[in-house]
Amino acid sequence: MQERFISLFKETLEMEGKNVQPGDLFREYEEWDSMGQLSLIAMIDEEYDVVIEGKKFQEIQTIAQLVEAIELEKTK
Amino acid sequence: MSLYNPFLLTDKTILVTGASSGIGKAIAIECSKMGANVIITGRDQNRLKETFSLLQGEGNLQLIADFSTTEGINSFVEKLPDLNGVVHAAGIIKRLPLKFINEKALNELMQTNLYAPALLTQQLYKKKKLIDKSSIVFISSIAASFSSIGNIMYMASKGALNSLCKGIAFELSRNGIRVNSVLPGMVQTNLTKVITEQEIQDDIKRYPLGRYGKPEEIAYAAVYLLSDTTQWMTGSLLTIDGGITLR
Repeated sequence: MQERFISLFKETLEMEGKNVQPGDLFREYEEWDSMGQLSLIAMIDEEYDVVIEGKKFQEIQTIAQLVEAIELEKTK
Repeated sequence: MSLYNPFLLTDKTILVTGASSGIGKAIAIECSKMGANVIITGRDQNRLKETFSLLQGEGNLQLIADFSTTEGINSFVEKLPDLNGVVHAAGIIKRLPLKFINEKALNELMQTNLYAPALLTQQLYKKKKLIDKSSIVFISSIAASFSSIGNIMYMASKGALNSLCKGIAFELSRNGIRVNSVLPGMVQTNLTKVITEQEIQDDIKRYPLGRYGKPEEIAYAAVYLLSDTTQWMTGSLLTIDGGITLR
């Protein structure tokens, strides 16, 4: 799950070839901006059929937490 | 003697779609305050009831409508009395970057924002529900030609709506029916709650007049376009946006 997510994450933020780790604070990437955020939310909806609410999304800091949030939504 | 007011809608019957929330709700309320008999429709029956409870006067009506099919539109129009005006305020927004737009989302947006008002207007006209000198108002958006992040599908639907407005305005001018659009900038409604408070505050700073619009400020324009003051006005796209498109 995590490996596939990181691959999708890199594709979405156009970060292919960059080093992305589960513990990374993704908002600190230079590629991160409002378009990136919108793209990430859209990707998660498309690939995992999960919609993360705006407020909840703001609390998520790391890639690993994103994966957790998706898995949590999936079990609901 | 009562105070002179050329904008009154006394004894006019006005249909307002999308009246369960936001701009449509404000339009329904303001029209009723100006003396109109208002017929409201909306998706959310509970919230529509709330709008209905806020309308002034006794001649108002709330109707359930399904504008997602031609049959739904046709059967709805058959239930209507003669109208002096209609305000198409029903609309949806979905932000997706180009890489993520898809046929289903495009269809949904175009269906609600373009096809429904087009086909509803057609049926109102064909079934002669719009009496002489009536007024049609489309609630469009500055997004028709003003880009914002991920707003491609909504922008396209509102751009097409503006063209639709001008096309119908030209065609119905021979019947004395006038057709205009209001193009709001960002208005404080439920449509805007998906972004964070900080993003909203940053965005507000870009507005020359220093804030987002209030739903009533769009409703007053609808009242103006529905009133007899605008008998010589058709095909206009009226921008009300706190100055944001001046940038």
